[in-house]
Amino acid sequence: MIEIQLVRRLAHPDGTLHLQLDAQIAKQSFVAIFGPSGAGKTSILRMLAGLDRPDSGRIVVDGVVWLDTTRGINLPPQQRSIGFVFQDYALFPNLSIRANVGYAAARGDGPWIDELLKLMQLSDLQDRRPGHLSGGQKQRVALARAVARRPVLLLLDEPLSALDNALRAQLQDDLALLHQRLGLTTLMVSHDVGEVFRLADTVWRLRAGRIAETGPPASVFLQERLAGRLALQAQVLRLQREEVVTIVSLLIGQEFVDIIATDDEVAGLCVGDRVALSAKSFGALRPVSPAAD
Amino acid sequence: MTIDWQPLWLTFRLAALTTFLLLLIGIPLAYWIAYTRSRFKPLYETLVSMPLVLPPSVLGFYLLLAFSPQHAFGAWLQQWFQVQLAFSFSGLVVASILFSLPFMVQPLQAGFQHLPVSLIEASRTLGKSDLVTLLRILLPNMKGALLSATVLTFAHTVGEFGVVLMIGGNIPGVTRVASIAIYDQVESLQYATAHVYAGVLLVLSFTVLLAVYCMNRRWQQRP
Repeated sequence: MIEIQLVRRLAHPDGTLHLQLDAQIAKQSFVAIFGPSGAGKTSILRMLAGLDRPDSGRIVVDGVVWLDTTRGINLPPQQRSIGFVFQDYALFPNLSIRANVGYAAARGDGPWIDELLKLMQLSDLQDRRPGHLSGGQKQRVALARAVARRPVLLLLDEPLSALDNALRAQLQDDLALLHQRLGLTTLMVSHDVGEVFRLADTVWRLRAGRIAETGPPASVFLQERLAGRLALQAQVLRLQREEVVTIVSLLIGQEFVDIIATDDEVAGLCVGDRVALSAKSFGALRPVSPAAD
Repeated sequence: MTIDWQPLWLTFRLAALTTFLLLLIGIPLAYWIAYTRSRFKPLYETLVSMPLVLPPSVLGFYLLLAFSPQHAFGAWLQQWFQVQLAFSFSGLVVASILFSLPFMVQPLQAGFQHLPVSLIEASRTLGKSDLVTLLRILLPNMKGALLSATVLTFAHTVGEFGVVLMIGGNIPGVTRVASIAIYDQVESLQYATAHVYAGVLLVLSFTVLLAVYCMNRRWQQRP
């Protein structure tokens, strides 16, 4: 069980953000921290790791006090049982892949490093330097290195944000495997809903520095959609006046769509405006066959 | 014409010893200045850089006063360590260390600041102390900066003149380094000997710098 209470004031482009966190994490759970950028997600991870200092707070992990500002306790990162995967991977350029992974491991841990390298499919690359690896390979090295010390808590700062979709899916599987295999408690910052659904059993949805909603991904994300309506965020690309209606070209995600709108709907609308496209979610699903393209 | 090789040998010894000692002093100092959050950081940076702008004779003058047994510091050294720094080789080394300090510290400080902070943080989260991080991660990843600092310090010490003359004088075998020997030879119209000294320094400096740039290029090409 991990108990976390953290208070910190963060400088923010729109003024100061008061980060206030009070949460508990069950052992071996996978928590996703979800929220807009600048909501203090990374800051939470850094305070847990001991890289940043909160204004006040308390962190107790399995009965061990890592931080207690009222008693003046603040363990340095070295004394906290953590693995941290940085957004930029932070691999050591001067060390081989094997030395990177083994950097934190104790002496005589050779077989364990072998196992990790094999698990992450890095055995063939172990003598190379990080500079010669692809993004996905670097990511796997960073993961293997972070768990090599067998930490209690694994902290992931948007670990897959720089990768393309196919690679992401593969690494999400790797991550899930490591998490289960090593019995880790994992905290992951993400703003990819799909990733959160796939990996996490609990979501903290941050808003203005606080946990606005928490629970399993399905209950946090699907709540607002259950009313039977779907609201898609769209951008107006073109307005084309026809006889009595206007054809509005919209960009939704990476897809284009033309819809027909009445004069009332397009009044005051300009190209570039953001609009919500509302659709009934009842009966809206069509299977996609690969041959249809 | 017989050439006295001693000034060249003395110059080389002085430069090598100064560079070695400055590496030991400069690495911790540059590390500290690069990462300190003290609000006096500009003051420390200024102090380290002072020898860059100060005329060597000014630095030499103050050092001569300080080293002199008639003044407190010099007297204290004499009394407790039986060391006299004025007009001695040890004095030259101490003066050279001060004089060449910015040439060692500035490239190293830039090297530290150029490294991503996440490397240090990653090493810390992996349970390593700051000393292990420095030796195993930081220094091996700033070889270029280390090399520049070493070579600049060495070359700058070889080229010293004003400070050496002020506090060392021109004692053969003790403080008569090559740059002073050249001056000395020219003054007594021994142009041939001056040519030899000057030629050796010229070729040596060129070769060393060329080697450094070649090595730096090779390191940069390796990812």
